[in-house]
Amino acid sequence: MSNEQAQSTFTLDGRRIPFEPGQTIMDAALAAGVYIPHLCHKPGYAPHGSCRVCVVRADGRELSACTAPAAADMSVESEVPDIRALRVAVLQMLFAEGNHVCPACEASGNCTLQAVAYHCGMLTPRFPQRFPRRAVDASHPDVILDHNRCILCELCVRASRDHDGKRVFAVSGRGIASKLIVDAPSGQLGDTDFSADDAAARVCPVGAILPRDAAFRAPIGRRRFDVAPVSRVGDVTPDPDAQWPAVDALEEVTA
Amino acid sequence: MNARNEPAAGGKVRVATASLAGCFGCHMSLLDIDERILDLVELVEFDRTPLTDIKTLGPCDLGLIEGGVANAENVQVLREFRRQCKVLVALGACAVTGGIPAMRNSVPLAECLDEAFVHGMGLANAGIPDDPELPLLLSQVHPIHEVVQVDYFLPGCPPSAEAIWSLLTAVLEGRALHLPLAQLHYD
Amino acid sequence: MSPGYDPAMAHGGGAAESERIERVLRGSLAALGQGPDTVLQHLIAQQQVFSHVPEPAIDRLVAALGVTRAQILAAIDFYAFLHLTPRGRFDIRVSDNITDRMLGNAALMTQLCAALGVRPGEPRADGRVTVDFTSCTGMCDQGPAALVNGLALTRLDAGRIRDIAALVEAGTPLAHWPQGFFAVSNNVQRPGLLLADLEAREAGLARLFAQGGPAVLAEVERAGLRGRGGAGFTTALKWRFCREAPSEPGHPDKVIVCNADEGEPGTFKDRVLLTAYADLVFEGMTIAAGVVGASTGFLYLRGEYRCLLDHLEAVLARRRARGLLGTGIGAGAGPGGGFDFDIRVHLGAGAYICGEESALIESLEGKRGITRKRPPFPVTEGYLDRPTVVNNVETFLAAARIAEHGGYWFRSEGTDRSAGSKILSVSGDCARPGIYEVPFGTPVAEVLADCGARDTQCVQVSGAAGVTLTPDEFHRVLAFEDLPTAGSFMVFDRSRDLLEMVRNFAAFFAHESCGFCTPCRVGGRLVQDLVEKVAAGAAGSHDLDELHDIAQVLRRASHCGLGHTAANHVLNTLEKFPHIYRERLRRTDYTPSFDLDAALAEARALTHRDDAGSHLPADA
Repeated sequence: MSNEQAQSTFTLDGRRIPFEPGQTIMDAALAAGVYIPHLCHKPGYAPHGSCRVCVVRADGRELSACTAPAAADMSVESEVPDIRALRVAVLQMLFAEGNHVCPACEASGNCTLQAVAYHCGMLTPRFPQRFPRRAVDASHPDVILDHNRCILCELCVRASRDHDGKRVFAVSGRGIASKLIVDAPSGQLGDTDFSADDAAARVCPVGAILPRDAAFRAPIGRRRFDVAPVSRVGDVTPDPDAQWPAVDALEEVTA
Repeated sequence: MNARNEPAAGGKVRVATASLAGCFGCHMSLLDIDERILDLVELVEFDRTPLTDIKTLGPCDLGLIEGGVANAENVQVLREFRRQCKVLVALGACAVTGGIPAMRNSVPLAECLDEAFVHGMGLANAGIPDDPELPLLLSQVHPIHEVVQVDYFLPGCPPSAEAIWSLLTAVLEGRALHLPLAQLHYD
Repeated sequence: MSPGYDPAMAHGGGAAESERIERVLRGSLAALGQGPDTVLQHLIAQQQVFSHVPEPAIDRLVAALGVTRAQILAAIDFYAFLHLTPRGRFDIRVSDNITDRMLGNAALMTQLCAALGVRPGEPRADGRVTVDFTSCTGMCDQGPAALVNGLALTRLDAGRIRDIAALVEAGTPLAHWPQGFFAVSNNVQRPGLLLADLEAREAGLARLFAQGGPAVLAEVERAGLRGRGGAGFTTALKWRFCREAPSEPGHPDKVIVCNADEGEPGTFKDRVLLTAYADLVFEGMTIAAGVVGASTGFLYLRGEYRCLLDHLEAVLARRRARGLLGTGIGAGAGPGGGFDFDIRVHLGAGAYICGEESALIESLEGKRGITRKRPPFPVTEGYLDRPTVVNNVETFLAAARIAEHGGYWFRSEGTDRSAGSKILSVSGDCARPGIYEVPFGTPVAEVLADCGARDTQCVQVSGAAGVTLTPDEFHRVLAFEDLPTAGSFMVFDRSRDLLEMVRNFAAFFAHESCGFCTPCRVGGRLVQDLVEKVAAGAAGSHDLDELHDIAQVLRRASHCGLGHTAANHVLNTLEKFPHIYRERLRRTDYTPSFDLDAALAEARALTHRDDAGSHLPADA
């Protein structure tokens, strides 16, 4: 920073975090190398605030770190027992809502939902499983769309609209009946202009949008989150002193 | 009171295990604790478990349940364990979430049975079995905490031997389970 | 009352049908234009005529408006009043607020379904009729109520249900139904500061013309007017922020929105204000436009109030004819005159969430009603990212009178922090349900005495999202500093089982969750399931702990006010009326999450077994 004195800061679990005007708590924390659990947020994407996993307490108010602007001298609590418990409850809701069968999922080990749940120490989905009957859309030659695993984060919606200029995806319905749909008269991904080269093909944090040729490329033990926890590789600016390799290096290892 | 109910001070902890709708992988993982099993047998003695082939269940300190709840017999076994065990553990992905057996929940039960017993390949006597000896299937497979209260959850398919060791240590010391990140996995 | 279209004529076929679709579409395109933001209004127009949105209309709208097919399907799936497949030609929706329940709507629903041979929600095979429940239609003081093809039916009883069934069977067009069926009363039981004076003199506008926007804004500031929708944000501050917000380049326009999406269960005062005081509401909007410099106005009218549409359009037409809307309003009348402003009525389509101002703006833009993150706030980036003021109907009405009489006049009533009066919608167990205007600071007990409530067990203040009061709290006062309220005031006497209220509210919030955020989408349904488990006598004490925990997750972690407040009723009643839960619990602390024996029913049927081994007892 050229002008140290002008730099505002807030505290996150007692640590001073510098921020630029307009930055959210999340932006500033990740840039400073401090992880706040998140699912629907991704740097470079419009803040969304739907998954609520990034809930923090800022000056006594509970809010989502990914949408709340940072403010000077704000005191933010994240990894404290009651906020962690709140996050676990939100994660348990996501696990109970869909069909997340980790042992049978090819995204396992690369799945951010799973990695965030590990980070938060979730041991059980707790709530009655809804076991919804949802479709698997295998109509596209290069990509599988498995609705069983969709957590409605809308990253693919935003990627397709804002990065690919296509508007392939939308969320339809409301409440517990909300669902991801694609823009084709048949309702099938294969009938859209979706491509495996789209940003939307690589942005899914779970195993709902899966490139066909990428399955089980990395063996167990060398998958993304086997090698490093999400708190090190989950959009966090790498810490040069970290014991874990940076995410780019990892991708080379597992490719 | 039944003598088996008395792991008196200094006595051994009485443990029972069962596999409901599971693959016995979690039991295999339990055996994977290798030489620590020698430490373990100093601390515990087994009641009903497939490891000893004891078929009846008496009062126990600890019950380990592998597998989801798929049929009426699973419910009865599970309830018996809950009645007899002071501490009940959901061991592994299927007990914790329903797991692989619960993947049948995406298919109506009638279609499952039809495929297996009526229109499947190579059937000699087609027809859904209706012998009263056979336990009836629940319309869906459930994790065990949807039927009885569970004290500890240990996810993993299977949980590693290290994770099982962490669990047993926590149970024996009567404290909450905190797994190191390396031992916490759902697959 | 507008009879709208003639349902007996609606369903032709083939080429005639596509011609009719095209004709309706051309009509709505001509009236509303081709902006992507108009899509919802086009869909509503199709739904109103064809009892669904026909496929060819979707294709045409994709081509005409530049929206995707997925966006259109998403909207149809979101709004409760839009459908992809035909409803009956008579589409009847029985209001299902707890006050309708207390007046016996369940029995009437059963009677109507039996008389017509239909099941709730399923169109009859001949396409003649659909009967379904819907969220509160805002007729709580004259229920049980229903909607037929969007028009309100009030004061239903067994006799009227019999007549309605006969009219449906005969295919009688709504225009020929007895007009008394559609009669909606205002029931103003206690007029106060605002309602005592019906006359529209346009004196507030005259002051704006004569003295200019800053002078009127100063009066609104002096009055201490706070938003009447419940949140209580200072109106003058909102107007000032919008006035000072820089306009987007290329979009010099600022926007005034009147929130008439009165969806909170138990509230209906905005319906009365729009019926009897519409000129004052529009005057207030026009004053706001003059103050902030807006030229576009919307009144977002909840779909349940479609019966007011013709009336409101007529009032707007009259005001245009008088030069009170349009170009050069008040030109030559002073420094505050000579501005352009007009108001369009946009309809909602059955979504409670659209009462939240940013969800309302999304809906105005034709999208699903999902609340936006904030900041930015609507005053800087609202409708189409333009600076936008969204105020409640009652707020605009109050602003019009404040502009006329001055801020001190308004301050003569109320408390220091809650100036003026509050218009309440009183319903439930009382002799005189209806509209009560009371000074802020009035105790709950006084309202109860006024409305003739006896033997009261509890009052639900500010709707399903509000607070449940026990008799030892009836001394508390209606004011932002004690009991903030949007006006809903539902009374329950000692004969009522309050778990029925909880069940009704839990179902309401699960139905009305927009689905955007995890806690409200999933947690709302978990709450409903647990409440139903309690009601079925299947719950243990563990379930009450879970209910409490989940309610806290909604309150603390949800994205918007709907989720934050959706479990208030559970938290309130767990604390204040624990017996309604406890007396239904099983003796065991922990009970299965599902009915074990019922879960074997499918297998019993497939194996033709019914022996002892084919059953499971509920308790081990």
